[in-house]
Amino acid sequence: MCAERSYARSISLPPDEVFRNLRNAKRFAMDIGGSLAKLAYYSTVERSRAYDDHHLYEIQEQNELGARIHFVKFEMTYFEKCLDFIKENLVSSHGEMMGKVVKATGGGSHKYTNLIRDKLGLECDKEDEMQCLIQGCIFVLRNITNEAFEYQRHSPQPYKFQTMDADLFPFLLVNIGSGVSIVKVESHDKYERIGGSSIGGGSFLGLGCKLTKAKNFDELLQLASQGDHRNVDMLVRDIYGGAYSALGLPGELIASSFGKMVSAKDGEGQEFEEQDIAKSLLHTISNDIGQISCLYAQLHGLRKIYFGGFFIRGHPVTMHTITYAINFWSRGTLQALFLRHEGYLGAIGAFLKGAEEDDSEKYCWGENYAGSSGLHSTSPPPDFIPRDRTASFDRFELDRLERPLVSLPALLDPPSYFPDTVDLTEDPDARKYWLDCFEEALGKVAARAVASQPSRDDAEMRAQQFMAKYNKRLETLREHPFAYGSLTVRSLLDTREQCLNEFHFADPYQHIKQQENEAALRILPERLQHLDSLEFRARQVALAEGLLAGNVFDWGAKAITRLMEGDDSFGFEEAMSKLQARPWLVDDLDPWLERLQDHPHKCALIFADNSGLDIILGVFPFAREMVLRGTQVILCANSKPALNDVTYGELKILAKKVAELCPTIRTALSEGHLKVMASGAASPCLDLSRIDEMLSQECQRRGVDLVVLEGMGRAIHTNYHAAFSCESLKLAVLKNKWLANRLGGDVFSVIFKYTKGSKVEGKTPSKNDIGTQQPRKSPETDR
Amino acid sequence: MAANGAAKPAMDGATTRRPRLGSMSRPPFPWFGMDIGGTLAKLVYYEPTDITPDEAEAERDSLKVIRKYLTSNVAYGKEGIRDTHLEMKNLALCGRKGNLHFIRFPTTGMERFLHMGHEKNFSSLHTTFCATGGGAYRFEEDFLRIAGLQLNKLDELDCLIHGIHYIDSSKFNGSSECYWYKNPTREDLCEKMPFDFRNPYPYIVVNIGSGVSILAVYSQDDYKRISGTSLGGGTFLGLCCLLTGCDTFEDAIEMAANGNSTNVDKLVKDIYGGDYTRFALSGETVASSFGNMHIKEKREAASKEDLARATLVTITNNIGSIARMCALTEKIERVVFVGNFLRVNPISMKLLADAMDFWSSGQLKALFLEHEGYFGAVGALLQLTKTSPFDVPIDQ
Repeated sequence: MCAERSYARSISLPPDEVFRNLRNAKRFAMDIGGSLAKLAYYSTVERSRAYDDHHLYEIQEQNELGARIHFVKFEMTYFEKCLDFIKENLVSSHGEMMGKVVKATGGGSHKYTNLIRDKLGLECDKEDEMQCLIQGCIFVLRNITNEAFEYQRHSPQPYKFQTMDADLFPFLLVNIGSGVSIVKVESHDKYERIGGSSIGGGSFLGLGCKLTKAKNFDELLQLASQGDHRNVDMLVRDIYGGAYSALGLPGELIASSFGKMVSAKDGEGQEFEEQDIAKSLLHTISNDIGQISCLYAQLHGLRKIYFGGFFIRGHPVTMHTITYAINFWSRGTLQALFLRHEGYLGAIGAFLKGAEEDDSEKYCWGENYAGSSGLHSTSPPPDFIPRDRTASFDRFELDRLERPLVSLPALLDPPSYFPDTVDLTEDPDARKYWLDCFEEALGKVAARAVASQPSRDDAEMRAQQFMAKYNKRLETLREHPFAYGSLTVRSLLDTREQCLNEFHFADPYQHIKQQENEAALRILPERLQHLDSLEFRARQVALAEGLLAGNVFDWGAKAITRLMEGDDSFGFEEAMSKLQARPWLVDDLDPWLERLQDHPHKCALIFADNSGLDIILGVFPFAREMVLRGTQVILCANSKPALNDVTYGELKILAKKVAELCPTIRTALSEGHLKVMASGAASPCLDLSRIDEMLSQECQRRGVDLVVLEGMGRAIHTNYHAAFSCESLKLAVLKNKWLANRLGGDVFSVIFKYTKGSKVEGKTPSKNDIGTQQPRKSPETDR
Repeated sequence: MAANGAAKPAMDGATTRRPRLGSMSRPPFPWFGMDIGGTLAKLVYYEPTDITPDEAEAERDSLKVIRKYLTSNVAYGKEGIRDTHLEMKNLALCGRKGNLHFIRFPTTGMERFLHMGHEKNFSSLHTTFCATGGGAYRFEEDFLRIAGLQLNKLDELDCLIHGIHYIDSSKFNGSSECYWYKNPTREDLCEKMPFDFRNPYPYIVVNIGSGVSILAVYSQDDYKRISGTSLGGGTFLGLCCLLTGCDTFEDAIEMAANGNSTNVDKLVKDIYGGDYTRFALSGETVASSFGNMHIKEKREAASKEDLARATLVTITNNIGSIARMCALTEKIERVVFVGNFLRVNPISMKLLADAMDFWSSGQLKALFLEHEGYFGAVGALLQLTKTSPFDVPIDQ
């Protein structure tokens, strides 16, 4: 369906928000399909970032440039209008665009080449559709977490998101456009079209338009969702009167698609509606594609089949039928996988073609949740209301990460690693609790953001915008929990950080962190002196408790916020006194102390949590003890701010300050026994499959044999079940009453989980101690 | 012929071994075998030509009536047809000599057929009637209620395989039952060639009735259903009825023969302006079946004949594609296409022949049998006579 130009002129463009940051666009690519156009552009965005002065602990906000790719998907009817809009808004960067080429792909690309050239004054290169698609597919599978999913319609949580696949290749890519192309992908540059079928989306649309009143794809799907194919298809039971039991073919199985239409003229089979025809058509085509894909996968020994193309478009009925067909024909041995950004693959591929000189493929990219529309169920509801105009502009944004991210080498089994402890998409109670929780906390978060920028007049306004944006996102997630992949506490926190960044609140806690750090540094000598006065065992207990006490301070937790706002003098000792008395909720302190009697660890990797008392009075003394035992320490912190977590930039300064106060730390730093590193993360939680490549290399080089995870975010919300090939400590104070209750404890309950390394291949820990409905003490508690 | 959309998961891996049919014994006349499919009912009738005067005297009137009715007509009622060109003459069966007749009518006419059986006093002759196909189950009660006949229900795949071997080993009036197409794409050079089917194992059977069943046959009694598809003859005719308003298979085929599918389908060149060289696709390849039909002007320009042709080509190519992959997966080179979809349908046969040839670089061979859709009914007849088809000596 091509754009009807007269119609296009009468359409006004949606608000600015659609083509964000267009003025800074540096490069364009387009995927022009039959009914949808996808525009990709690269821009640099200004991000304010809190910088630490290297000599004194002083913070300034500076703007830095970050690379971003924007993708916008819209109906072809808007195409010409959008080109005009782009032209008008490109004035500022037009000089920079001169001589650059727009990469275009998709069935409609040759038809519109001239129009693009005329409107934008830029040359337009056509890129091969399949190649773009394949490159786009590889790109999203490599860069976007929870990109692929299985669809299980009758499960309470139909979307089963996949973790990033370390063994991506080989796979089968089935692209269902007008026809079907089946491509075997063996590596980034080795792929082959092994087959295809002419029965595809075009057949559905073509036959559908011929046999029903529907005029387009959506109307046809709408009809299909209301129909009953059994009035049109000849089922096994229509032939046998029941099942064909000798072959085990159930009576409901379709024996002959459209088989009942043969006798329709006799007046016998007249009881069908055009809805039934549409449904049968959808079934017939999805089934056929599923079967053919399955045969190709089996012939080539492939296990994973990714489906893409406009025929799918996230439609539940289509995904269900294809999944069903794959299961049926492969007896469950093959996996039908769908992609959240399926519609963008061609545009991504075309963009990558044009960006080869920028080495886009060498960088890691991350989905910007704040700027992406997410996956909505596009199935038209029974009372079909056309979507409003802005909703038909779908957006997807990617931020370039500064460093490549890879898996932590100490993970026992990277393919089975799943960072999050509770998948909120699978747990309605937990989902409701946390969504409410984030909604309630929003005002406080906004207030803090405003308070962090006292000299900025527009802070209040931006905070309002931030609130509106995040509230809307929470609303979306209540309706479509699967919109951005697995919904987890981590994803809610990260989205909030990204929304804050979006409105230029780079680090709302910067001043609080600074105050706390300074206060803590003042107490440090006294603390170290106290520790040194203790006997070995008492000292180890005090160090463990110190790690936990520091963890009581966490501006992310409501309880503490209240506590701290009410009482300025609330200090380390008080924090200690708040801790649950032993035995703790999970109490592995004794085995840990026993372990410390033994040979020292080779290298400990510590992921730090909060600024202030936590890092300075909890973590540094612990690291110091390790160093004194002859253990090397890698101390790492977030690469970018998140809540009051210490950042890598801050940690570098703090390490120097601590070194001034403590000769052990000074020597350890100068001799390299203690190394401060960036984790690659910008989150209060931690995804160990996405850590900075340099950190990963350092871990390997030093032979990390102890991983210490500290805090609710890193040790409870994520990684509680993470299995390591080496020893690990997971420490946290449960500052959330609901979560504590769920785990069978109360607020300020302590988790001190020590696990010896496991070498058993493929062994995954049970998931029954967290995330179940029944509060249950973990086995460690009974000790 | 009843065919089914899918294979049974549990059956996989294990090959179904069928017991041989029983030893010789002679049932009373008349000898029928029936296969009641989703769309068509197929009836084979063995007419003994060696009736002795004694026998003739003892013969009941109703038996004579039936023989006369079936053998002296070529059409029965509105829709029943005897395929006289398929009749097998002087066929030895169970120690008798006779002619084998092939009759078909739409399954919708089953009730009329049963009433006729009642009128002709069928039930007085013998009490069992061998039938296969889904209809044997669906109409079992009707057989008893209307015609007073007790059905002996038989498995349709058993019957199909036995039927194929019996007919082929019997020779078709002295000529070859099995054939293939030489130069299927060249109108001027295309030739029907006899194929020696004496040592066929292993082979694939693609039975195209309303739906499609695909079997792998390893020996006389060792075979399994490996796949199938619901896009079969019923889909072709059903869609043609909807798209063109035609009534019969013959009309649909006739229209298809005069149509041009490229007015309906979207070809590779329609998208890429020519060949899609990057992936070695010729511009003439169909990219999307019916892919032009969402465009109003093209929709209006497409004739009924074009639509019928496109439907035929789409269904045939899809079957060819699935059959080919099954053959490759099973590593079997001979693919035998049977079923009534191929009746009066050289377009499909040649497409299938070409599809096997082209996509496998000549490695696979598409084979066809003259008695297309009647093998199930023949298999049912054999069960009646309790004659194992394999007791008949095969010329080595």
